[in-house]
Amino acid sequence: MSMIHVSTTVNGDEVDFVCDPRETLLDVLRDRLALTGAKEGCGTGDCGACSVMVDDRLVCSCLMLGAEAEGKSIATVEGLAKGEDLHPLQEKFIEHAALQCGICTPGILVATKALLDKNPDPTETEVRYWLAGNLCRCTGYDKIIRAVMDTAADLRKAS
Amino acid sequence: MAFDEVKTEGFKQVGTRPRRPDGVDKVTGRAKFGADAYAPGMLHAAIVRSPHAHARILSIDTSRAKALKGVKAVVTRADFAEGLTGDDWDVLENVMAGDKALYDGHAVAAVAATSALIARDAAKLIEVEYEVLAHVTDVDAAMADGAPVIRDGAADSSVPAGLHPNVVRYHESGHGDVHAGFGEADLVIEESFRTEAAHQGYIEPHACLAQLGPDGKGELWCCTQGHFHVQKLCAKMLGMEASNLRVTASEIGGGFGGKTTVFIEPVALALSRKTSRPVKLVMSRSEVFRATGPTSSTSMDVKIGMKKDGTITACQGVFRLQGGAFPGAPMEFTAMCAFAPYDVKNVHQIGYDVMTNRPKQAAYRAPGSPMAAFATESVLDMLCNQLGLDPLDVRLKNAAKEGSKASYGPRYERIGLVETLEAAREHAHYSAPLGSDQGRGVSCGFWFNHGGETSVTLALSEDGTAALSVGTPDIGGSRASMCLMAAEELGIPYDNVRTTIADTATLGYNEVSHGSRVTYASGLATIRAARDAVQKLCARAAAKWGIDEDAVIWEDGCAKPSGPNAGEFDPLPIAEITAEMGSTGGPIVGHFEATPEGAGVSFATHIVDAEVDKETGATKVVRYTVVQDAGKAIHPTYVEGQYQGGAAQGIGWALNEEYIYGDDGRLQNAVFLDYRIPVASDLPMIDTVIVEVPNPGHPYGVRGVGETSICPPLAAIANAVSNAAGVRMRHLPMSPPRILKALDGD
Repeated sequence: MSMIHVSTTVNGDEVDFVCDPRETLLDVLRDRLALTGAKEGCGTGDCGACSVMVDDRLVCSCLMLGAEAEGKSIATVEGLAKGEDLHPLQEKFIEHAALQCGICTPGILVATKALLDKNPDPTETEVRYWLAGNLCRCTGYDKIIRAVMDTAADLRKAS
Repeated sequence: MAFDEVKTEGFKQVGTRPRRPDGVDKVTGRAKFGADAYAPGMLHAAIVRSPHAHARILSIDTSRAKALKGVKAVVTRADFAEGLTGDDWDVLENVMAGDKALYDGHAVAAVAATSALIARDAAKLIEVEYEVLAHVTDVDAAMADGAPVIRDGAADSSVPAGLHPNVVRYHESGHGDVHAGFGEADLVIEESFRTEAAHQGYIEPHACLAQLGPDGKGELWCCTQGHFHVQKLCAKMLGMEASNLRVTASEIGGGFGGKTTVFIEPVALALSRKTSRPVKLVMSRSEVFRATGPTSSTSMDVKIGMKKDGTITACQGVFRLQGGAFPGAPMEFTAMCAFAPYDVKNVHQIGYDVMTNRPKQAAYRAPGSPMAAFATESVLDMLCNQLGLDPLDVRLKNAAKEGSKASYGPRYERIGLVETLEAAREHAHYSAPLGSDQGRGVSCGFWFNHGGETSVTLALSEDGTAALSVGTPDIGGSRASMCLMAAEELGIPYDNVRTTIADTATLGYNEVSHGSRVTYASGLATIRAARDAVQKLCARAAAKWGIDEDAVIWEDGCAKPSGPNAGEFDPLPIAEITAEMGSTGGPIVGHFEATPEGAGVSFATHIVDAEVDKETGATKVVRYTVVQDAGKAIHPTYVEGQYQGGAAQGIGWALNEEYIYGDDGRLQNAVFLDYRIPVASDLPMIDTVIVEVPNPGHPYGVRGVGETSICPPLAAIANAVSNAAGVRMRHLPMSPPRILKALDGD
């Protein structure tokens, strides 16, 4: 099958790739661009482990084709930290032990950042419903919700 | 100092809550999980799976697949070792079907190609001709006369004569005289219960990268709870020597017991051997559901007699577990755990291991115990309701203590059940008022915990820092606990210890990360290895000072002279000893290799409030409290995490999760949309209370904590829902249709 050439921006860098028309954006990120932070937990958009931002919109990268990234700006978990400085969410997730195995963590961090960018003062219920598309099997979500609420409070104080 | 001493207080680091050492890796996407490995020249593989629940494989035509451009190899059962027997044969038969496909999703062939897309296309071109056979997926139906036989002759000698050939193992245990015991009771209740199969539901599908060359030497990278076990099994399946296969465990995205065996690893190795190229194999989510181990489903009868004052006079249970198309359903654990929390004079339990046309069950967090608690604790709740007794008072009255004869035989050493019950009774949750349509449920839970073969090394660097190598994959933060224990013993900062999960070429055999054994056994090994290193450090100081080794003690990271005759010397810090170690005798490395057998059993008590919408049958857990004995919490935050995670998995199993089979024997819900595990909006915060009654079998008193946390939830939630709905729930999960049916009077 003939390959498609795609020009896009990933975490601020201009990136070109070729892909099979059937490859998902997740396949391209992982297998062609060596960005393995986004994970495939289901491939059907149910678990959120592959969450990335596409033009400031939260998407499951397993549900979007690589070819559809043409001209788009993509942000992944690899772009969250700035140099040596972790994003406050990353700091709080470590501090609160909001991860056990860590496979869902990249997707949850990307999804949570999208929430706080939109809504800096969410209620616990709003956080729980926003993250309802990100499955975690280890934690029971308790420490994740606490880490998110704590980060939001800190960011509000800082702004 | 004594190097074998037990320490339960005066800790400087143990019990604190530092950041986990692999935290940055895991929040930045840098951590490498199973599917995150790539190799130059790598091929991708795909597996062909049976669409039938039970079928004879008449032929496999691979010619069209092999003709596809980019396809490099196809393997079938003929490409694996012959002559395996017993459990090894079962594992291979599950990895790749032989004469028959035994369940929907059973692997029958596999293909390797230059891309994942080509491999998937090629898999569709492999033509398998089947003769479809009659199938059975229900445990009671599989035991009944006339049920299709999965495999004749699979039963072992424990099975009494006259049972269906699908009953392959039998267990019976107990003590006292249950008939006399029931005679002493003021009230006897006997009920039947069912639970459906739930999947472990780890978010990371199985994944591996295999390389096996014509020289017979191999490398395998995979997500597993136990890479040494993978090495042993794969070597047998491939007919190679174990030491020629080096296995490295990737970071692991959840396991819960489901990653304690092999599924795809031998297949990737066989394809790699055929092509002399690296082969990557990653399961899809539906393959995980269809072909890896869920729990057993169960059918259970429990009978308990009680006096008016709450004294239990006798317990009797029959536990039928289906374990899929192979022997191994953990029915003996179900039977042994069922009445373990209680000191009962007359107790009798029977277990049946039954084969069906389902995937081979795999361990799931305290395998067999949660279902047992559901049956037992439901009957206890009914007895308390009818006799007008407080459910925690009754459990306290009958609670097993140190010296009690366990329902499964031995006498308990020091245990903490009474302490968890007292803490639960005093918890604000237990006396909080309930809202309308809400009910409260409590339950106790029990798990054995496990030790197992363990090997650890602790190598000191010239700057006085420590490299700790363990062989148990870190599945939920165990590196942090290991660093804490090593730092505690060495008297150095937590950040000066780095814990690595070493590959199979680096350490002696380590049993799988299962049985809640890691903090117990690898922890014990770490403490002993650190004490071994300290002993060597003291010896170097003694030599330097020219005094007896016995006259040197280790305190706060320094060697110090001890006693009036030792002489006057300034404390010698670890870094000064290690800086000179090359010229004072060579590298200093602490070791531990043994099979610790003192894993203390553990107990938990859970309190749940549930709200039932009687119109829709929907249930919401509104409050949840876990009280559990940890022996000693090394890193309390991760102990809380285990308690919360076990409760959450229990909530899913109790309310929603189940394998649903059609009449055709096919799994109907093999995606997360239809097999719905709890999401964030389903759950409340989960409160935790850590009780610490030291385990005499560990130098710091540690008991495993991972598994006991899933033992009480099914029962506690069932009691809460039954009390809220006003009708006894006997079948899990308590999904809305089942609740509505129960409200309608069955």
